[in-house]
This record gives sequence, structure tokens and C-alpha cells, in this order.
Amino acid sequence: MVRTIRLTINGRTHEIETDDQRALLWVLREDLNLTGTKFGCGMGLCGACTVIVDRQAVRSCTTPVSAAAGKQVLTIEGLATDGQLHPLQQAFLERHAFQCGFCTPGMIMNAYGLLLQSPNPTRQEILDAMEGNLCRCGSYHRIVDAIEEAAARLRGGKQQ
Amino acid sequence: MKPTEITRRELLAGAGLYVMIPVEILLAQEPERLPARAGYPTDFNAYLRIGPDGSVTGYAGKVELGQGAMTALAQLLAEELDVPYERVTMVLGDTELCPWDMGTFGSLTVRQFGPVFRAAAAEARAALLEMASEKLGVPVQDLEVRDGIVRERRNPERAVSYGELVAGRRIERRVSHATVKAPGAFQILGTAPSRKDGLEKVTGRAIYAGDVRLPGLLRARILRPPAHGAVLRELDTSEAEKIPGVQIVRDGNFVAVLHPQWDLADLALKRIRAKFEFQEVPLDDSNIFEHLVKNAPPPHTVHQQGDLAVGEKLAQIRLEATYLNSYVAHAPLETHSATAVVQGGKVTVWAGTQTPFRLKTQIAETLKIPEQNVRVITPYVGGGFGGKSASQQALEAARLAQLTGRPVQVVWDRAEEFFYDTFRPAAVVKIRAGLDAEQRLVFWDFYVYCAGDREAQQFYDIPHQRTLASGGWGSNPPGLHPFVVGPWRAPSVNTNTFARESHIDALAAQAGIDPVEFRMRHLRDPRMRRVLEAAASKFGWKPMKLPSGRGVGVSCAMYLGTYTAMMAEIEIDRNSGEIRVQRVVLAQDQGLVVNPDGSRQQMEGGIMMGLGYALTEEVRFRGRMVLDRNFDTYRIPRFSWMPRIETVLIENPEAPASGCGEPPIVNVGAVVANAFYDATGVRLYQLPMTPERVKQALAKT
Repeated sequence: MVRTIRLTINGRTHEIETDDQRALLWVLREDLNLTGTKFGCGMGLCGACTVIVDRQAVRSCTTPVSAAAGKQVLTIEGLATDGQLHPLQQAFLERHAFQCGFCTPGMIMNAYGLLLQSPNPTRQEILDAMEGNLCRCGSYHRIVDAIEEAAARLRGGKQQ
Repeated sequence: MKPTEITRRELLAGAGLYVMIPVEILLAQEPERLPARAGYPTDFNAYLRIGPDGSVTGYAGKVELGQGAMTALAQLLAEELDVPYERVTMVLGDTELCPWDMGTFGSLTVRQFGPVFRAAAAEARAALLEMASEKLGVPVQDLEVRDGIVRERRNPERAVSYGELVAGRRIERRVSHATVKAPGAFQILGTAPSRKDGLEKVTGRAIYAGDVRLPGLLRARILRPPAHGAVLRELDTSEAEKIPGVQIVRDGNFVAVLHPQWDLADLALKRIRAKFEFQEVPLDDSNIFEHLVKNAPPPHTVHQQGDLAVGEKLAQIRLEATYLNSYVAHAPLETHSATAVVQGGKVTVWAGTQTPFRLKTQIAETLKIPEQNVRVITPYVGGGFGGKSASQQALEAARLAQLTGRPVQVVWDRAEEFFYDTFRPAAVVKIRAGLDAEQRLVFWDFYVYCAGDREAQQFYDIPHQRTLASGGWGSNPPGLHPFVVGPWRAPSVNTNTFARESHIDALAAQAGIDPVEFRMRHLRDPRMRRVLEAAASKFGWKPMKLPSGRGVGVSCAMYLGTYTAMMAEIEIDRNSGEIRVQRVVLAQDQGLVVNPDGSRQQMEGGIMMGLGYALTEEVRFRGRMVLDRNFDTYRIPRFSWMPRIETVLIENPEAPASGCGEPPIVNVGAVVANAFYDATGVRLYQLPMTPERVKQALAKT
């Protein structure tokens, strides 16, 4: 149904008139030009489109924008605050936990969602939570290490 | 290994041809000017510019696929120019700004382009020293450079910066005796600085071809046939046209739906009713191998030595086997994407491509416009692996931009990404080999169908041998493959290594000799011996007879001048048939290492990606229909697959920098197959080693 939808993305509110069954991914990318969230498969199978909706990681390619209406949406563009990288971003950067970078926003946002639910995850919990995110370049080991490091830093109280 | 001599005359004579020239020519003591190598410009200004503030911009026709080209090239430039790495910015893959390049593949960035780029920087530095000498009134030999500032050695206040000398202009000066630095003098090469692409990639600011935004940009979704070769017979776009904002474009049988939003264009596309006609081709995975052997072109002899008949007579143990592998997809996470705009007769295309310059020519041909009116810009590419050497999506975008006069973006969906992929060819390798009375390899007859001949010739010491190859991953006779095949990370080499190393292992087993020892007995090349020893040492290889039941395997290969030895340990779930790779050790000698961390990333990544073709990846098809449309059926490696990986990078700076992005993957199929044999006493002859095939093979015993 075409209607006016209020979306709060990265702290900013947008009013968009569109079909509320459209996938959140495309509203972000096409209507709002937030291109950090990626299209990899369109079926929720690769995780490249992961964003946070009300503190939960979701696959935006299979989430209708109606499900995000009135909620807080966080995308990769909103993670750094006041020019300071989030510890996840910092850890990914320092450990070179990426190659082509296409899966990276989805990886970081999915990890962010994990750490919101579980600030002290075991390595197995990290693997289980991240299993739905694919990396063709094979940076998996560094990604896990980066998440562990970021989790430790966050628990150290440096930044939330 | 003594460097091959090659004269300047031979280099110049080679200009315009694709000639593989040994890179040794430009190490330390070798002079001179930039070689006229395979089309690279000889004016060093083509490769770099220095701003008034001393910032350095490097230009290269290579592209960043994730493999670290941007970083490695920045390091090469900073090193030879003597400027801080932090001050270098690379501009890559822009056909208007960057020097011509043949394409980003074949591990050529460091291996072949590296020396060209270094020589350009070295000549620029020499020219700058001359300019500084004139400005300061100090002889060149009394000057030194650090951080882009030229100073008189004994009187450092007498100084001038590169920025002051050049101020953004071209350097109109040639120096004929510039030399590149010797490894002993390196400050930046051999280190692992922060990757140039890192900040953009972790913040979501990295732009890929599908992220380009232009005013009035339309997204295009294109009508596709259900099978390759199918012809459009009936078309009804009336339902599609009901979606507000939709525009249908038709040019012959090329039908596209345009809309400002991708998903609405896609929705409209799905409402098009179309009928296609195609002939069923009676091929699928049950008969493809038989078909390939029967229809492959006549073989060429890759290599021959001794006399097979003599060798066969001397053999006490003979072993014959056929090794198979199916079609494999590239499956990069970023689908093929491009954005095109036509403005005043000039076409600009942003494309996720590995071959921007070749694409520029192809666009000009497709649009029937002069090449100089075409510009290809390559942003970050979300994975290539050889699959983005073909850039059909860019031609589609350009065509639509020309037809509509609007900027157009084409982003393939995952089904198109599988359908139009240029697959790694399905292949058959037949090997007959034998051991003499001393259990030494005495004959080896190797015939590879369709994979290609790279590394088909083996490197073990065997007096009587012949290597034949039919077909490859390049152009093939029509009807041989149901779809297009193409270069897939280390083309030919995964297949040939799987076959060779499986067979070597099987012979070792027959002889009752430890598989590492068996290989060593037949290896004379010291670099090969060294990587094998290094892998064994790191792994903790314990001599044994196959099958030991432990599930450990070994495989060796060389490719693009790089030597690799891999060892792995696996576990098998006999109920489900799943193979779990627990641990992998890779020892690699790639000569001079530009960036050890970048190299390790390639090693780790190659191992992870290789697990896919070893265990699950095969393209399902029926005739010319591709049945895999997404990651639900085409399974690629995931977090849960991670083995413990240990990499050993051999230090060998005397040897020229050789391939790094591809060699790490080539052993994976073989090492897992060999470990499987060690675990079970059963040999698997077909990749991928799926749970079904594992269970079938185990059931036979």
C-alpha cells in the first residue's frame, strides 16, 4: 500500500511516500541514497544487507519498510559517532578483516546486533550469530578476531 | 635460479604483443628506462603526479578487487620515490586518467606491472634529484632524499621539497640511468602498513559501481531467457507498464524495464509475459564428462620427455585413474554492476570490471562511437576472481544510456550472476603412471580435457612422460560447453593439481612410502623442497604409510613462479558424509614479498575459497539452463567451515616478486582428497566431494 512512512535512520527522521511493502534495503539505497547497505542476494541468504532495527539485526532485503516504520534504524553510515569509529569498525580496520569490502557493512552491523544482545559472546556464539553472513574473499578468521577484540573493548567501557 | 638475460632490443620488439617478460630485468643492478612492455607508456609522468604540498598521486590501470592492489602499488611508489606511504593516494582503473593496462588478473599487478611502476617512480626520483641539484647548486651525489625532501647530505638546511620543485606540473626531463632499490634498502616494501581502502570499507563510504548516484538515474532490469541460446518469440509488457514511472525499452530482442528504483523496475520485469523458444540440449551432470571427452578439440602436446613405451615396460606398479570436476561459479558477493551516462557524445561508464581498458574498446564497438569518446571508471570491485573480466552488464548499461539519453544503472540480481557467469570449466583428467623396481616414478602420461594446460606439466622427476591438453577456459568450439566458460582463480591449476597430487599420493600408497618422503625423492628444485619441508615442519608431519587413519593430507604445486605446499587434517562424519577440514598449513615461496600481511590475506582467503570447490561447489544445470539461482543451492564456504589456518611465508627476496593472489587456492582440492584417503583408504576422484559422493564411496567398501 502506498502511504507516507516515517523512518528514523541513524537518528534522522525521513518521511517517505511509497509502497510500504517495498524492501527496506531498496528504500535505503534508492530513495535515501544510503548506499553502504549492500544488495548481495535478495533472499536473506548472504547478510550483505544487514541493518539494525530497534536494536535487532535484520536482513533489510527481506524486511518490508512497513516493519521499520516508527522504529530506530541504524545502518553502517550511522555507526561512527562524531567522526569516531565504533570499536567494531576500528577492529575490522586494524586487523584488515576485509578484502573486497562488499560484505563488510553487513558483517559489522550483524556483529553490532550480536554484541547488543550478548556483550560477552564465546567464540562459538560469534560463529553461530555470524553464520548467515557470507564472505567470498574468505576473511572469516580476521572477522571473528575483530569481533572478539571489539567486544572486549566495549566491555572495557571505552565506548558503547 | 639465475635471472634470464633479455636485451632492450627484445623488449622493444615485443611492444604491442602480449609477451611474458621475466621481471628479473628490473631488479637492483639492472638499468634503465621504462621498458616498452606490452603497451605500458614509457613516460613516467603517466604514473604519478606530485602536488605543491608534496602529496603524491599514483595512477595505474589496475583495479582494487579486494586483493590489495591499491595498497601494494602505493607501497611500491612510496618506496621508489622516497616519500611517506601516508602521502600517497592511488587512482586506479580510470581509462582517462590512468595509463593503459591489460587487466587485473594473473597476479600481474605486483609481478608484471610492479617493475614498470617502480621504474617510473625511480626515474621520477632521479629527475627530481637533478632538478634539486640545479636549484641548490649541489652535485647529485651529495644529495639525499627523505620523506620527499631533498637535502645536501652534509648541510641539511640546504633543502628543497618535491612539492616546491614540481608544484603539480609534469616533469619534463628524462633520466636514462635510474635504478630501482635493492631489497636491502627497503623501508616500506616488505612491511604491512594500513590498507588504503580500509577506512572507506569499514564506514560504508566505499563506492562500488551500483552505488553511483546521478541526477535522473534510472535503474534497468533486463528480460532474460530461461536458457542460453533461447530466442524471444512473444512479448507482452502491458502489465509491467501499469507500474507508475516504468519505461520499457526494446531494441530487437533486448528488452529492458527502467525505473528510478531498482526494486520497482524488478517488480515490473516480473510482470512481463514472454515466451522463448529453445532447443533442449541433452546434457547434464550425468553425461557431461563423457560429452567433453568425446567432443573436446584435438589435444596439443604440452610437454614430452623420454619414451612412454620404455617407461611402461620398466614399470612394476602401474596406476591409471580419471579425475573429474564440475563447473564452478565465481559467485562474488557484489553482482555485476555498472552505471552509464551519455553527455554530448561522450559516454562515461562506472563498472565493476577487471578489464577497464578492454571494456572501453568493447563499449565503443557496441555503441559504434570512437574510443576516445568512452571513459571507463572502475570504483571498488566487490570481488572478481576472474569473473569480472567479462563485463556484459557495462555494455547493457551503456546501450540503454545511449537509447534513452538518460543515465542508466544495471545491477544484476543473484540469478543473473549465476546465469551469465563464465564458469570454471568442467574437466576430465586421465592419468596413467608407474613406478619401477626401485619404487621411483618411471612413466607419467597426463591428459587434461577442458580445464586448460596451466600447470598440466608436472615438476616431479620422471624420465618418461607426456602431457596432453585439449581445450581450455578460453574460447571453445560451440556446443562443447552448454554455456560460456572463463578464467576462474588460477585457471586450470586447481583441476590439474587435484589430479596430479591425488595420483602421486595414490602411487605413494601403492609403494608403501610416506607421501611427503615420496614427493621429496622426486623433487630436485630446491625451492619446491624448501616449501614442502617448511609445511611439514609447521604441520608437525609424522612419517606414515597411507592410509594411516589420521586423516592428514599433503599437496604441492607451483604457479606463476610461486611455490606452494599445503597440508591439512580432516574429520569425516560418516553418517552425514560431511568432511570437516580442521586444520590447514600453507607454506608459500613467492619471492620478494611486497606486503606480508596482504600476502597472508590472500593465503587465508584462497584456502577458505578453495574449500568450496573441494567440498560443495558445482553448478547444477540441465542443457543450457542454469539451475542454481542463489546461495541456498549453490553453497559457498561459511564461518562454520573455518579450519585452523597457519601460513608460512618463505623469505626469498632474491627471487622476483611472483604470484600471490592465486597460488594459495590451487592445492585445496587435492589436499582434502588426500586427507580423505588417509582417513578412510577410499579415494575420491570427483570434485566437489559432497556428502552424497562421500557416502557413496564409503558404502562401496
